[in-house]
Amino acid sequence: MIFFFGYSTDRLSFLISPLINRLIIMVFLDFEQPLESLYEQLETLQKLGAEGDIDITDKVKELESTIKKKKKEIYTELTRWQKVQLSRHPSRPYTLYYINQICKRFTELHGDRKFGDDKAIVGGLGTIDGTTVMIIGHQKGVNTKMRQYRNFGMANPEGYRKAQRLMKMAEKFNIPVVCLIDTPGAFPGLEAEERGQAEAIATNLFEMAQLKVPILCYVIGEGASGGALGIGLGDRTYMLEFTWYTVISPESCSSILWRTWDNKEQAAEALKLTSEDMLSFELIDGIIQEPIGGAHSDPEKMAKALKKHIKATLAEVADMTPDELINNRLEKYDGMGRFVEA
Amino acid sequence: MGWFKRLREGIQTQTSDKKEVPDGFWQKCKSCGGTFTILELEKNLFVCPDCDYHFRIGSHDYFNIIFGSRYKLLFDNITSLNFLEWTDLKSYDDRLESAKELTSLSDAISVAVGKVNRKPLVIAAMDFSFIGGSMGSVVGEKIARSVDYCIEHRTPLMIISKSGGARMMESAFSLMQLAKTSTKLAQLSREAIPYFSFLTDPTTGGVTASFAMLGDINFSEPKALIGFAGPRVIKETIKKDLPEGFQRSEFLLDHGFLDFIIHRSELKDRLNELLSYFPMDKAAQ
Repeated sequence: MIFFFGYSTDRLSFLISPLINRLIIMVFLDFEQPLESLYEQLETLQKLGAEGDIDITDKVKELESTIKKKKKEIYTELTRWQKVQLSRHPSRPYTLYYINQICKRFTELHGDRKFGDDKAIVGGLGTIDGTTVMIIGHQKGVNTKMRQYRNFGMANPEGYRKAQRLMKMAEKFNIPVVCLIDTPGAFPGLEAEERGQAEAIATNLFEMAQLKVPILCYVIGEGASGGALGIGLGDRTYMLEFTWYTVISPESCSSILWRTWDNKEQAAEALKLTSEDMLSFELIDGIIQEPIGGAHSDPEKMAKALKKHIKATLAEVADMTPDELINNRLEKYDGMGRFVEA
Repeated sequence: MGWFKRLREGIQTQTSDKKEVPDGFWQKCKSCGGTFTILELEKNLFVCPDCDYHFRIGSHDYFNIIFGSRYKLLFDNITSLNFLEWTDLKSYDDRLESAKELTSLSDAISVAVGKVNRKPLVIAAMDFSFIGGSMGSVVGEKIARSVDYCIEHRTPLMIISKSGGARMMESAFSLMQLAKTSTKLAQLSREAIPYFSFLTDPTTGGVTASFAMLGDINFSEPKALIGFAGPRVIKETIKKDLPEGFQRSEFLLDHGFLDFIIHRSELKDRLNELLSYFPMDKAAQ
């Protein structure tokens, strides 16, 4: 993947708003432009109100409902490419945010015991309402400095090997595994190749296929190719509403098949990469709805929904024996593929 | 008379009068530039007689080298379908049609069962000439069925990889073939049936990140390109030139990802040797 930022700043605009008590920076994607001006109006109005001369309560209410309506309008008619943009929204919650919201306790465990500690994949033991789980996920950075530190969520082989180490530990102690997927791809670097990026992903697939404890996979942002699947083979796979999961990013697909970077919208359409597409292909087990405006517009609500879903799914698979888990996985993945048999 | 005019008679043929040489009669070596007749190369198993460069060959060439003419194709009735109605600059249907026409193959992998010195072996071999040896549903399914066949007949499996990676025109379905093939190979492994992964030029992308790296024994031909990301992408990422020999067989051997490198002329003997270490239960065959 060549996309370090996942989004290009020229297509975004920023609005610093004191809407809520704390200072937040609102980021608007190109298709959210109508919202930006409404929020600006709201801000001006609130400033006026703060000066105290006029009663603006009704006006604010009216404007807020207009915003809500507009949001709904925009968000029910999103194109596939717009959903890709949302999956990469810079304010979107990432793995560690969800872990902190979902787990009462969490102990991050570092390192692959072979070479190093990858910062683009995090993992550790935690509890979800009393149940111990091993949570593993890709981690993107929350600001420019951290994005670099996290290598933009692009793991090196050590990340996949750390994930495998943690999964084997989970297996030993009969602890279920939860994977949160959010990556623009495995890192295509020189050292990554030297240390066996392909081998790291391949052996993860091999081990996950026969892990004796349940594995639940959630795509929470970008699900790009082998880098995503490297921690994505399990008993159940779910996607948050505005995420994507496929074999290549729309940009790279465009550059290879159309021989230009410009056909990414078209590539996104052709790839049929959204959660809805994936569910219709029966390649995933379900979709978790996001708040209107996307996960980042109400991260707490999103985390609550995710927690509820994880708890319910863990209960579903809790009584399965290792043999049942492994055989079901085998049957499930064996059934993936469409072809003609003469 | 000009300097360049040939003096002797009979060799002043006009270009237009030149005798035609049939297309594909000569082949040039990519590595040393030497030119050889196809016949010459065929005798040498498509290895350059001068520099040992291993030409890219097809699945049936490998079957012939290893099994001779006695082998049986399996699962050749499975073909690809443009179920996503994919079109880029060309439609997937057209790509499939022209690949079939060009190669006379049903898809990017062919499976055959045969014998190496009386020891049975199933070989699934990929063809780069079929849409870059890309892995779609058919490649995954044929590998899955090969595994089933090998379990049923207690026969060792070899996959000869030669692929640019997953087939984009099948989108997420092609990605899931990584999971499918790995899951099936895990099943084969639990049955303690040996799996040899033979990586040939080129083996990259999703194929390397799944079955190609999962052999009990991994080996390759000399100087084959093997990697996860393609060299061009890596070069663009790190904005530096790549070192000489990067992502070649010798590099992978050096970094611990291959058991050995094998010259094409030794392939059959080495396979015979390998198979002899894993005597299979005769009663079940």
